[in-house]
Amino acid sequence: MTATEIGAPVRRKEDFRFITGKGQYTDDINRPGQSYAYFVRSPHAHATIKSIDATAARAVPGVLAVLTGDDLAADKVGGLICGWMIHNKDGSPMKAGAHPALAQGKVRYVGDHVAVVVAEDYATARDAAEKVVVDYGVLPAVVDMNEAVTGKTVIHDVAPDNRVYDWSLGDKAATDAAFAKAKHVTKLHIVNNRLVPNAMEPRAAVGDYDSGTEQFTLYTTSQNPHVARLVLSAFIGIAPEHKLRVIAPDVGGGFGSKIFIYAEETVCVWAAKKVGRPVKWTADRTEAFLSDAHGRDHVTDAELAMDEKGRILALRVKTKANLGAYLSTFSSSVPTYLYAPLLSGQYDIPAIYCEVDGIYTTTAPVDAYRGAGRPEATFVVERIVEVAARELGQDPTAFRRRNFVRKFPHQTPVIMMYDAGDYSASLDKALEMADYRNFGKRKRESARKGKLRGIGFSAYIEACGIAPSAAVGSLGAGVGLWESAEIRVNPVGTVEVLTGSHSHGQGHETTFAQLVSARLGVPIDQVSVVHGDTDKVQFGMGTYGSRSGAVGMSAISKALDKVVAKGKKVAAYVLEASADDIEFKDGRFQVAGTDKSLAFGEVALQAYIAHKFSGQELEPGLKEGAFYDPTNFTFPAGVHICELEIDPETGVTTIERWTAVDDFGHVINPMIVEGQVHGGIAQGVGQALLEGARYDANGQLVTASYMDYAMPRADDLPSFQVGTTVTPCPSNPLGIKGCGEAGAIAAPPAVINAITDALGHEDIAMPATPQAVWKACQKAARKMAAE
Amino acid sequence: MYAFNYVSPKTVRQAASALAKAADDGKLLAGGQTLLPTMKQRLASPGVLIDLAKVDGLSGIELKGRSLVIGAMTKHADVATSEVVKQAIPGLAALAGEIGDPAVRNRGTIGGSIANNDPAADYPAAALALNATIVTNKRKIPADQFFTGLFETALEPGEIVVKVSFPIPSRAAYAKFRNPASRYAMVGVFVAKRGGDVRVTVTGAGASGVFRAPALEEALKKRFSPKSLEGVTVPATGLNGDIHASADYRAHLIVVMAKRAVAAAIAK
Repeated sequence: MTATEIGAPVRRKEDFRFITGKGQYTDDINRPGQSYAYFVRSPHAHATIKSIDATAARAVPGVLAVLTGDDLAADKVGGLICGWMIHNKDGSPMKAGAHPALAQGKVRYVGDHVAVVVAEDYATARDAAEKVVVDYGVLPAVVDMNEAVTGKTVIHDVAPDNRVYDWSLGDKAATDAAFAKAKHVTKLHIVNNRLVPNAMEPRAAVGDYDSGTEQFTLYTTSQNPHVARLVLSAFIGIAPEHKLRVIAPDVGGGFGSKIFIYAEETVCVWAAKKVGRPVKWTADRTEAFLSDAHGRDHVTDAELAMDEKGRILALRVKTKANLGAYLSTFSSSVPTYLYAPLLSGQYDIPAIYCEVDGIYTTTAPVDAYRGAGRPEATFVVERIVEVAARELGQDPTAFRRRNFVRKFPHQTPVIMMYDAGDYSASLDKALEMADYRNFGKRKRESARKGKLRGIGFSAYIEACGIAPSAAVGSLGAGVGLWESAEIRVNPVGTVEVLTGSHSHGQGHETTFAQLVSARLGVPIDQVSVVHGDTDKVQFGMGTYGSRSGAVGMSAISKALDKVVAKGKKVAAYVLEASADDIEFKDGRFQVAGTDKSLAFGEVALQAYIAHKFSGQELEPGLKEGAFYDPTNFTFPAGVHICELEIDPETGVTTIERWTAVDDFGHVINPMIVEGQVHGGIAQGVGQALLEGARYDANGQLVTASYMDYAMPRADDLPSFQVGTTVTPCPSNPLGIKGCGEAGAIAAPPAVINAITDALGHEDIAMPATPQAVWKACQKAARKMAAE
Repeated sequence: MYAFNYVSPKTVRQAASALAKAADDGKLLAGGQTLLPTMKQRLASPGVLIDLAKVDGLSGIELKGRSLVIGAMTKHADVATSEVVKQAIPGLAALAGEIGDPAVRNRGTIGGSIANNDPAADYPAAALALNATIVTNKRKIPADQFFTGLFETALEPGEIVVKVSFPIPSRAAYAKFRNPASRYAMVGVFVAKRGGDVRVTVTGAGASGVFRAPALEEALKKRFSPKSLEGVTVPATGLNGDIHASADYRAHLIVVMAKRAVAAAIAK
């Protein structure tokens, strides 16, 4: 067996275990003496808790404990935190209300945690939970953001008008001045619909406590176990870091929702000591709908100013972002620093000004969801650009091309310095693949069948790999966003890669091993990837924001450089040459210009037996670590084209063609990347056509199951035509940009632009369900009749 | 799921006596595709489950004279793939093949569907349009009298559906518009023509479950063609409205689906 090259479509090493049911997920973990937790949740959107009577529940045989917010307070357990400080326009800090893991005095959304019942088995805990009597003083629900800011009903006393912050980015005066001289202004009102993440594996936790060593262990569904440990230790105060081990074993999808440190895992690890038994909790799907952090939920008014030729002069955006009832772990950053800095899109826009109000409502907390801020920004930019082109009577692709950024690096007016890209190249390739030239012919064919055909574009850009620690720190992040790696070479030359990235579906066990195989020349099967355990990996920042490749693998690359450098020194002793004369190529250390060489495995063995050098000259062993902090965000970009057909009789939309051309920089494993693109588009199409979380006026989640929340299915999607262009990323050693979120970011405006193209008017909101499209068709028909 | 007792009778008589003994606390378990999820969600809590799986003689498909007779415990997948059904009433085989997903079709039964009378279930539309007879352990009930409201039927306590007898129509087809989330029928229309009689039934849309659409029937009696339904409307009163479809949209879709069902019936 030989090494695997970078760029080879290697099949995923982890799939055998997953598809044969051998994965080890949190719910598969059972500890001796384990008990089970069930949470009593608020049935009201907003209420005071007058009293909790757990007498009857405690009397149920098999119940070990019923714990409430008072017990947390008595144990001085801290509240859940929001790790990103946002400042108001006037410089004052955002208003963050307390977020206890079990409610203290008040509940603020349906599903809020009121008490936990711990029992011998799950059914007993659930039965007993029904016997916990909570006396609520029901308060008005506040679901609508406009109503919230009136302050008639206050959710957190700290924020009397329910506004967490009023924040802005960009130069207001320059933007207003540009609008004053504009020849044409396009205005658009945009609702970015609220989504429920729906990872296949619901959240789960097993808390364990060893009274002998005073050591806590938490097994949980986390995308970033070290961050979970840091928060549980330093802020919530469960235990000092060296006494708390967090293990995130196989995790079945996250999409952002498993970044956050939630009430349930906090309670499980705390209750384990309290009860003296391991405590397991696994969410059922209803709990997932109610209490996983939701995504999106913006209402935006955007204006685009142009000159007489259709050159963009300025963009002005005002957004209201629903943050839910509490600030989740990174929620404050999503509609601010992960959103507004992307409003320049792929375009050279001289002035941009964006205002964002973050607003509390009595709904589930809202936080990062695949794309996190960038889909919202892209939807604003790509919708308004398309509408502007239509208003000016210009071809939307020509309009985009006229305004593309062409020179790099490019400083936008909203923080970002784009480092590399070729936006026209992606557009050209996408138009060719999509056969744009013959679209008119296909549209006429559809019309003959009574169908409306439309085509929509999305020239998206995103900022990934977040990001230089100093940069995010200056923007309010509470942590640095580097990544760590350790390469442990065993004496026989097999390799273990320890990474702070976490795989929950991304295929790291393959991609990371592929990089090591290519660099060290060892077969991929001799490389294993270790992640997700704070006792094994020293520290790491986890996986989100498409950062595992650009940041995680760059750390691995840096550690590999050190392994090779050390290997050269070992080889020099063995081959009796100068280390400077040793070359490493194709898995062999060779004295330059000679046939004297050693295989990588031979050098590994020599490093460990240490017979050929003294320990004073060179340390034995072959193990190197690295922390990698990037120099910039990365900027994946591309063009997606959606072509669809509407049946005006029913409002059913059928996607006929999908073309995606993405520039992800260098690609390690094209098969895995393509899979990421497919999954991302599916989620984006889900947002555009199907998904939407809806609360009624009383704050009840109407879409709390798959009976009412529509997830995309295979037959909602066409076969995707996927292509790439490559401009290597100059900000990391591998030239990688990241691919995990691109589809979810690109897809929604492509779909809506295609629908509005077919309809001939812009009045359609996401999700564009058959009912919504049918209604919009009535309006289009009336419009045509009037013309 | 709450705790319950489980019995597994071998004959219809034993099942009926177990049901009588359980009084109000007993529930028959056929394919369990509605009942078991409902129990898991703690929305139903029968004290006794009487499983019909081992009761003899409840499954099977046969032609009897000019009728197609399907045993109550016959699974949707068996109806969908039966050559007998495909020959006799292809629209019924097609309907069965579109119920739920493969897992549901391989567990769910015609008797369970009809006895549950979910307002979004498919079989009630076929039974009513085809003027079927529901045969129980006690009597024969015409479909016209069987479906009495939301999850309500003419079945009396202790009464068990044994089989369903469908008179064979000259033409029949079903057209379903699925709820985008659940994929249950948001509007399902079954059309059946037998001699000069035409029946059009609607499931998924009615606030009180399956119903007939007289305006569509009258139009199709004149000429059994989608064109006959041009300009015909169905009132929105009495129809469901929810986040997926307003009553007006459902009323519109009833006519559209009726046209498509007629087109399919003619094409067969």
